[in-house]
Amino acid sequence: MTTTDRPAETGHSPARGTSIFSGRQAAVPTVFDRSVPGRRAGSLPALDVPAVDLDDIIPLAERRRDLPLPELSELDVVRHFTRLSKRNYSIESEFYPLGSCTMKYNPKIDETIAALSGFRNLHPLQPESTIQGALHVIHHIQAQLAEITGLPGVSTQPVAGAHGELTGILMARAAHLKAGRARRKVLIPDSAHGTNPATAAMAGYEAITIGHDRTTGELDFDDFRAKLDDDCAAIMITLPNTLGLFERRIEEICRLAHEVGCLVYCDGANLNALVGNLRPGDVGVDLLHVNLHKTFAVPHGGGGPGGGAICVAASLEPFLPAPVVTRHPDGTYAFDADRPDTIGRVHGFHGNFNAVLRSYAYILQLGSDGLAELGANAVLNANYLKALLADDFQCYVDRICMHEFVLDGRPFREHGVRTLDIAKRLIDHGYHPPTIYFPLIVPEAIMIEPTETESKQTLDEFAAAMIEVAREARETPEIVRAAPHLTPVGRLDEVRAARQPDLRWQPRQAAGQAH
Amino acid sequence: MNPSDLQYTKEHEWLRDAGTVAVIGITHHAQDALGDVVFVELPAIGSTITAGRSFGVVESVKAASDLYAPCDGEVVAVNGLLATTPDLVNTDPYGDGWMIKVRVTGSTGDLIDAGSYDAFLATLH
Amino acid sequence: MSGFISTTPAEQQAMLARIGVATLDDLFRDLPAKHYRPTLDLPPGLSEMEAWQSLRALSETNLDLDRHPSFLGAGAYRHYAPAAIGHLVSRAEFLTSYTPYQPEVSQGTLQAIYEWQSIVCALTGMDVSNASVYDAGTGVGEAARMACALTRRHRVLVLDTVNPSYRDVLATYTSGPGIEVVTVPAWRREGDGTLSRVTDFTPWIDGSVACLIVQQPNFLGWMEQVDGLAAALATTGGILVVVADPVSLAVLRSPGEYGAGIVTAEGKWTGGPVDFGGPLVGMFACRRDYVRQMPGRIVGATVDGDGRPGYVLTLATREQHIRREKATSNICTAEALIALATTIYLCQLGPQGLREVAGQSIAKARYLATEIGRLPGYAVLPTAPWLYEVPIRCPRPAADVNRALLAEGIVGGFDLGQYSPDLADALLLCCTEVTSRADIDRLVRVLRTL
Repeated sequence: MTTTDRPAETGHSPARGTSIFSGRQAAVPTVFDRSVPGRRAGSLPALDVPAVDLDDIIPLAERRRDLPLPELSELDVVRHFTRLSKRNYSIESEFYPLGSCTMKYNPKIDETIAALSGFRNLHPLQPESTIQGALHVIHHIQAQLAEITGLPGVSTQPVAGAHGELTGILMARAAHLKAGRARRKVLIPDSAHGTNPATAAMAGYEAITIGHDRTTGELDFDDFRAKLDDDCAAIMITLPNTLGLFERRIEEICRLAHEVGCLVYCDGANLNALVGNLRPGDVGVDLLHVNLHKTFAVPHGGGGPGGGAICVAASLEPFLPAPVVTRHPDGTYAFDADRPDTIGRVHGFHGNFNAVLRSYAYILQLGSDGLAELGANAVLNANYLKALLADDFQCYVDRICMHEFVLDGRPFREHGVRTLDIAKRLIDHGYHPPTIYFPLIVPEAIMIEPTETESKQTLDEFAAAMIEVAREARETPEIVRAAPHLTPVGRLDEVRAARQPDLRWQPRQAAGQAH
Repeated sequence: MNPSDLQYTKEHEWLRDAGTVAVIGITHHAQDALGDVVFVELPAIGSTITAGRSFGVVESVKAASDLYAPCDGEVVAVNGLLATTPDLVNTDPYGDGWMIKVRVTGSTGDLIDAGSYDAFLATLH
Repeated sequence: MSGFISTTPAEQQAMLARIGVATLDDLFRDLPAKHYRPTLDLPPGLSEMEAWQSLRALSETNLDLDRHPSFLGAGAYRHYAPAAIGHLVSRAEFLTSYTPYQPEVSQGTLQAIYEWQSIVCALTGMDVSNASVYDAGTGVGEAARMACALTRRHRVLVLDTVNPSYRDVLATYTSGPGIEVVTVPAWRREGDGTLSRVTDFTPWIDGSVACLIVQQPNFLGWMEQVDGLAAALATTGGILVVVADPVSLAVLRSPGEYGAGIVTAEGKWTGGPVDFGGPLVGMFACRRDYVRQMPGRIVGATVDGDGRPGYVLTLATREQHIRREKATSNICTAEALIALATTIYLCQLGPQGLREVAGQSIAKARYLATEIGRLPGYAVLPTAPWLYEVPIRCPRPAADVNRALLAEGIVGGFDLGQYSPDLADALLLCCTEVTSRADIDRLVRVLRTL
């Protein structure tokens, strides 16, 4: 069905890595296009109780008349989704140097553990006596994360980084309210992830932007002092920051904030640099979310599920989402829902337990020794890669970095090549592109994070590909601008997608009438 | 290059004084910086706008910019064509790409003439 | 060198030399010295074999509902997931890929999300869907915030028959300033002990109301009277928000047909095991004219430079990475892999299969209710139509009944005393197609002895 078009001209695109793609391909029809009336997959057992007539149960006016789901055989379904899968890059076939995303390798044993029937077939409302193993996992990862972050109050109920942020800022708000007033402002550096100001707004705060120091790449300390006052509920700071640099005045920032009662929220997106090297709680951070899918190896799933555990200082523990898992003196575990100061639930049940379980297994295997090596090697790999690229790329701020670094793509503009083009050309070399155009403060940003799980060879090969693309940008920019050449589709028309939104399959006739 | 019969804001809106009503849009520079415009959010007819305050949003694929009112006024017309052909903002920013017409009710903000606006643009590069 | 680091000590030395520093510690001079490299009070790492053995043993301390009868529903439902789903979602290209920011290398994920959006629209009868939210609970919170943004109002009505956990999340999501949540009573316990529904909510609806949130069928398993609700809201400019259930939607008319403006539903149960309640996946759909206030990722179809069809993330100016504090929500990534599992499930079952799942679940719950109804002291409580979950009055406190059942290896129902003190004698019992007649007969035998 899928026919391969003539491969793109590859004569002048020698690949350093090896792309799984070899050229343009015809589209894969959707499941609706493949549907055949009456076709079906599988069957249920014969009904072992008396059949019922739905007309006796559901009022006629409430009955469904039309259920336009696709009709496919099992083979249709398996082949369709297998083919779709082959149109993806993934961490198990490509290196993903995605800055800020921590795309490390996720050990296979954690998948096997997460598939154990005794964990998967548990109802979230089963009696506590029947879920002691699951509660053990939650209670122990609470303790592990507390030890790793230096923040003793932990909840694994938030299911994503942004979800952890919202939980944390609502907790800060609850704590301020308890002390008398909610305050009105949250300070956020201009280099922050967009989730930070969006979170502050969701919690009802005004987001106040703090600038950065162009020379050091760190927070503009004078701007911070000028904007800090006792109407600030929190400062949201990313550590290390999104330029991959450690905020050297972090202790002073925390002290000054605390002097006016402002809490320090640390966006844990970059925790991978700190594990084993520094506990954020030790330098004065009050709240921090942990992206379990980044730091603790939960596969990203093409966009979730992840985990966004929230870790807080002892004084903020009463505000944690309820329930939390506690341990009785007799060694049994229980949900503690009797928490009068809690901000309430942030999830229908207990968060992404199956993701939490993977992280727990990962941390158990690392142990104190493995954790100590994690952050150190993440930083070593980043600095090594940065050194390899130093002659061909310009760093936005050139100093020892932490787990990632940001290149400035502006020098390629003179060849008519933009960061987007460099990213797309790397695809032809068999690499997922780095994060681009973030942080927003760096024009033409290229943000690279190799993680600790990559080998020296992979970093050497990737650097060679980057240098090759830089050479191409200078010598044959037209090839770079037209990349990627080897993928099933070329660059897609995003303007058309936004101007004429086609957001769902519709029968051809209806689709024609839609616009 | 910017029409001399218009007044401008430093946020890159223009205003054409047409007697009882004024027409408002964004400049060539603004549409060029945004790239392909895909959506324009405009106020309802009858609503009021306040000089210096946001009255709508213009969006490209990867950016969204607030539209700032060059004057106080009551909205008397909205360019309905932009709902289906937002690219008019790119192709004809001073003509068919206009955004709203208002009855000016109070003061205008700090508006500048075309020469000053051209000079201001020069400082941005 | 621990298990997951790929460089040898010799390579690490060579790398340090290339960087131009002598030791690893030289890379950390920016960190405050007194806090650098703390000793972590955690045990040393386990080998893979030890981790496997220890966690397998731990898993066996749980009561595995694949091996024990259970009648628990209350928002989490066990359905059989065909084997193909697990195999397909375990493919590395789905499992270990990133959010599809680079469309040329993510067409698989993007097309799968487009198909999910299409299926969610087909099920709910709505115009547009997003790529998912975290779960139905946060879907309710997002829907309320979205309705307030659309109407520029600050008052949210929610029926007390909406899942209490979802209402808890709603309260948390709206706990910032500016949104008032009003809980509307939707049931009554009559003199004879039965439960009847409130059908007229118009006294609550006025020009200050952004939305009314109803669940269909509701937390207590029965059907709300939804006729006329949307119309009543429309006269004052409010929005009907519906919490739906994918399996029930096989036999119930879609929320789109009765005028819903925003629909959310829990998509987790149709695609995989209950997973102790997470990860879940929230379906989230709305009317076309609301799309610019919708939270979350949206995938759209387009073409490449040669006119070849393809898919991209679109309408992104709603989102945090562009709009920052003015974004519709802070949500970025949600639950793509769970959405994929549900998409595959619904493709495999198709309309006929899903109707059978709903039909068998309803038939088994009828059988259960009929059998229990014959026991002295037990009674089926609702007077309204109900589907596959039902409150049953017990002759003893529901908690005692559950304890007695558990002693016999049966996980009973949800103790409705936790929902309302007026229902401390009631158990919410659920059957699906995985509930066998033998399980039901066993339950009834134990209940008879109490």
